[in-house]
Amino acid sequence: MARSIKKGPYIDHNLESKVLTMNEISKKSVIKTWSRRSMISPDFVGHTFAVHNGNKFIPVYVTENMVGHKLGEFAPTRTFRGHSEKKK
Amino acid sequence: MARIAGIDLPNKKRGEIGLTYIFGIGKATAQSILDQAGISHDVKVEEWDDDQLTAIRTIINDSVKVEGSLRSEVQLNIKRLMDIGCYRGLRHRKGLPVRGQRTKNNTRTRKGKRKTVANKKKATK
Repeated sequence: MARSIKKGPYIDHNLESKVLTMNEISKKSVIKTWSRRSMISPDFVGHTFAVHNGNKFIPVYVTENMVGHKLGEFAPTRTFRGHSEKKK
Repeated sequence: MARIAGIDLPNKKRGEIGLTYIFGIGKATAQSILDQAGISHDVKVEEWDDDQLTAIRTIINDSVKVEGSLRSEVQLNIKRLMDIGCYRGLRHRKGLPVRGQRTKNNTRTRKGKRKTVANKKKATK
């Protein structure tokens, strides 16, 4: 079920404040984050986030199209390399 | 024969059903279109006169997205998901279910016909 619009998008406070301060001084650096649940807001566009996938940090460069998705959607948590070959 | 949005509608069906042969119009949309045009839902497609037909056509042209343009919109939405590389896009690329359904078995609609793995051992009783 979708989140109520009344509440507005969910963004972790510390992540949002980090991005906003970086926007103010117009600096760009990779932001490490575990907050996969945070919605990508328009302020995030152009930044690169290192999103944790449970194992390592996946670099995610945020473009305009990604607004409204969550950070975790861009850092897959599972690896599936196909089924094993038949042994001869 | 009534032809709307490049589709031939079945003559013998009631209006609200006949309209659903157009991609993008379901029963609810069909009913609202007929309500706007002031036509009873029960009138058969072949019994619409020309005025009613043009009324339906203009309503569909102005307010409902159907057929080709709707299909291309859907495709564009999927393409957007694939281009930004999000989870749903990856699932579309792999042809697997997108909304978190199980993939241990079933999901034949997305996966297509079963691909049998050769020389798979038969289950012993």
